Amino acid sequence: MDASLALAVSVPLIGGLLATALPKRAQGLGLLASVATVLVVGWVMAGVWQQGSLHAELGGWAAPLGIALAADGLSAALLGMAALVALGVGIYASGYFRSADADRHFWPLWLLLWAALNGLLLAADLFNIYVTLELLGLTAAALGALTGTVDAVRANLRYLLVGLLGSMTYLLGVALVYTSYGTLDLGLLSNALEPGPVAATALVLMTAGLALKAALFPLHFWLPPAHANAPAPVSAALSALVVKAAFYLILRLWLDVFAPVVTPSAAGLMGMLGALAVIWGSWRALRAERLKLLAAYSTVAQIGYLCLFLPLLQALPPGAERDDLFVALVLMALTHGLAKAGLFLAAGLVQRSAGHDRIDDLGGTAQHMPATTFTIALAGTALIGLPPSGSFVGKWILMTSALESGQWWWILVIAIGTLLAAAYVFRVLSRAFNLEPTPRSFVTQARTEVPALLLALTSVAVLGLAADPLWRLLGAGGGA
Amino acid sequence: MSLETLLPAAIVVSSLLPGVFIFLVKEESHILRGVLNMAGALIKLVLVGVMIWGVYQGETYETRLTLAPGLDLVLSADALSVLFVTLSTVLWLVTTVYAIGYLEHSPNRSRFFGFFSLCVSATVGIALAGNLLSFVIFYEMLTLATYPLVAHRGTPDATRGAKIYLAYTMSGGVLLLVGAIWLQAITGPVDFTQGGYLEALSGDLQGPLVAIFVLLLAGLGIKAAIVPLHGWLPQSMVAPAPVSALLHAVAVVKAGAFGIVRVVYDVYGIGLADRLGLLTLLGVLASTTIIYGSVRALYQDGLKKRLAYSTVSQVSYIALGASILGPIATIGGMVHLVHQGIMKITLFFCAGNYAETLGVHKVSEMDGVGRRMPLTTLAFTVGALGMIGIPPIAGFVSKWYLGLGAVEADAHWVLLILAASSLLNAGYFLPILYRAWFRPEPDAWPKERPSKGRFETMGALLWPPVVTAGLCLIAGLLAAAPFSPLEWAALIARREYL
Amino acid sequence: MEQLLYGGAGVILFALGLWAFLVYEPLLRKLIALNIMGSGVFHLLIAIAERGELPPDPVPHALVLTGIVVAVSATALALAMGRRLEDDSGGR
Repeated sequence: MDASLALAVSVPLIGGLLATALPKRAQGLGLLASVATVLVVGWVMAGVWQQGSLHAELGGWAAPLGIALAADGLSAALLGMAALVALGVGIYASGYFRSADADRHFWPLWLLLWAALNGLLLAADLFNIYVTLELLGLTAAALGALTGTVDAVRANLRYLLVGLLGSMTYLLGVALVYTSYGTLDLGLLSNALEPGPVAATALVLMTAGLALKAALFPLHFWLPPAHANAPAPVSAALSALVVKAAFYLILRLWLDVFAPVVTPSAAGLMGMLGALAVIWGSWRALRAERLKLLAAYSTVAQIGYLCLFLPLLQALPPGAERDDLFVALVLMALTHGLAKAGLFLAAGLVQRSAGHDRIDDLGGTAQHMPATTFTIALAGTALIGLPPSGSFVGKWILMTSALESGQWWWILVIAIGTLLAAAYVFRVLSRAFNLEPTPRSFVTQARTEVPALLLALTSVAVLGLAADPLWRLLGAGGGA
Repeated sequence: MSLETLLPAAIVVSSLLPGVFIFLVKEESHILRGVLNMAGALIKLVLVGVMIWGVYQGETYETRLTLAPGLDLVLSADALSVLFVTLSTVLWLVTTVYAIGYLEHSPNRSRFFGFFSLCVSATVGIALAGNLLSFVIFYEMLTLATYPLVAHRGTPDATRGAKIYLAYTMSGGVLLLVGAIWLQAITGPVDFTQGGYLEALSGDLQGPLVAIFVLLLAGLGIKAAIVPLHGWLPQSMVAPAPVSALLHAVAVVKAGAFGIVRVVYDVYGIGLADRLGLLTLLGVLASTTIIYGSVRALYQDGLKKRLAYSTVSQVSYIALGASILGPIATIGGMVHLVHQGIMKITLFFCAGNYAETLGVHKVSEMDGVGRRMPLTTLAFTVGALGMIGIPPIAGFVSKWYLGLGAVEADAHWVLLILAASSLLNAGYFLPILYRAWFRPEPDAWPKERPSKGRFETMGALLWPPVVTAGLCLIAGLLAAAPFSPLEWAALIARREYL
Repeated sequence: MEQLLYGGAGVILFALGLWAFLVYEPLLRKLIALNIMGSGVFHLLIAIAERGELPPDPVPHALVLTGIVVAVSATALALAMGRRLEDDSGGR
């Protein structure tokens, strides 16, 4: 059964290698590998669903020398989200790239990115996390620069350098941990760790490095240009998955491995940064002139929302309430991932049809493409956190928890963030109501429009109305 | 899975599903779209009929979907929800017919009817919502579904109106959300309960309960257009007439008023609300709104604007009814939920007919329309007289019960409000009727459409207001018959004051 | 003692690299700064591996080797992108 973990990393990796070797068949191979990876991820999820967690040691070598992989509810949930997004992005990309050249370059890098992401989510020790994190950063920057325009290359070069800085900082933290505890295995560490200056310093270093990669305010400066200038399918993956991966690691460290080290004030600081991110990101999104820039700033804000959970989780003792809050956090992360992917894919279609993505001049285009505008609307619903999206449920639990723990001020942040988000989403949507001629049918190009629509729809209808199984997957008490 | 658990969901889905399919329908497939529309409306009507009978017999219906532990989406039917569901279902059917006629040859009809159906689904969801969470969910969905309808025309005016509408309703949504979450943080997940469920808590939590009520009232009051939160309503008059009709009579404004009724009776309980002084607050707000709306209506020359301010005023009768302690006032408020709906939708249909057929948009252009369009004007007259409160039309019944209830509760100032409001209603409706019937026709109408067929305007536009005007008369004349709105409101009041 | 010296040097290298990365604008200097930071961490890891009489701990060594490979590929990609940028802006 545990072979599934290794396959989740190796299938996309092999697919990527084959796509490199046979560039003429890159697209077909890529799609095939994508489908295969989705199946393997389904297998992993089924395993976690039944057994709670999975563990595998590659080649039979045990830790510390061997490479261990592990999956629990959190990693399984994110793996599943990533697989959905990746499948959608893959199908979209097969209809999106116009030149054969771009298509050829896209697939190997893309599959490599997917392999790195799966590896990161399954890695069971701090160093493998470093390797996969670095690999993820490299492929992401390369993909982001795929269009080859000066803006794209410049933005993504900056992204690459910032990412390297982040991983170096992270690595220093890892070295510190090893100095004190002599192990890097997450499970062993969480048992051995005790509060003290070394552990605290290591956590600060690793968090700083990861926060840089997760674009946590005020370390978000690199994100908007990098994500806004990448080709649409890549932006989608960057915003939905790559940033989330870094945040996933912050979660792992703060809630799991380093939990004893985290103090209320540290968690409060993260919450405060999150609050600033929500307000600043949303405000900048509202002021953004271009649709993709808007989407990118909205990612900054959404990462902020996720950080708001940290002080509340820290304040709660282990138990059903904390579990609920944690699942709500994951639910918000998943919703955002799917919605943001849908939004970026739709923005790409708008951009290609109009020749630009300046929001103020989008009128006709938005009205010509009902399916795409619908995608933006659905994704927007999830970003604002309106029902019936998954983020509505997440926000409801978050706000309840804030009230119950007496930290009511987060509610103000959420309320302001919600209104700002509504303002920026509807700023785009209002362009769709215009005096242009009526479009003849709902869908114009199924291959690109349908994946985007389905991703956004999943974030709204499925995660909002049928998220209950997530509680069971994450092993929280309340679920079916 | 049985009828009891499926029926509420089926009622919501019966318009949701056609709505989704309508989006996919090609623009030129008018017939397919019409069939989907009508099929949804008729199926819903049948399902609601089954539900009315069941609830009358004491049957309980409940669909429950767990969103997360402790968060259930509940759709259930009690007497109050059936009242509102029936109103919106019947009026949806009529409005659909009207809208098909009204929008003939206009662009973007797939989009329009898609959102139209979603809007009704959300309204029905609001009616059937069994707890605050579900109520908030559908309340927000209603905002989302109506925005495209208000913006539909795409003119700068429409965009502006829609923006103002959105700014108000989104802010209202957030206030409501915070209030609902605060309440749930105190009580845990509790469903709406006849007679309220906060009684036991009231001892040491008075402060928070009052604050929560203010939050909820502000959130609901925005949609219910309670002064000073009414600013969006006159602005959103730019929408096509069927949308205005829906907004004013069935969906948005009504949803707000319905929510206030729910919160007062089934969350706080009227006794507790009274002791906390909340009813006084509500009563003062409602009275102010009633007078203010009527006064503003007097000065509007735009017909739809005048009707809009009239809505501001009339909807607050429902809140006024809820703010008076005692079953008779409750009956008055509840029955007005229905009566205001059928009267106001009639008026808006007629206003749409004048605009579509003759290009008449202003009161000052209405000289002699009665001779040119007698049936429409007759319907308009019934609606207007009803609004003033002249027997035997429906509006009289509402005002009668409100007045009786006020006397019963020793709230004599309410009589003054009712009297003043009726005078003002007469002040802004009678001049219209006078112009329409007794002034000579002008030489040419502002923009007359050549009419085909035997009647003053096309059938799809003519029959809906005639039918709803008939309903106004029947609701008044047969108020004592079983299953009349009045009898049903009395049933609700009996159950609330059990 | 030697361990501390070596490890301390690593930390100082890291700090110097970080300083240079933040202060200097040109791409090449930034890249070199990053590599110096990397070397600092590798120094620290090698210092950790020392175990007195026992043979050195192999794990940090493995980490350093992997780290070097990663750093080299990252540098290569950055250089390639930088050159692309040079070419484009030079060509216009």
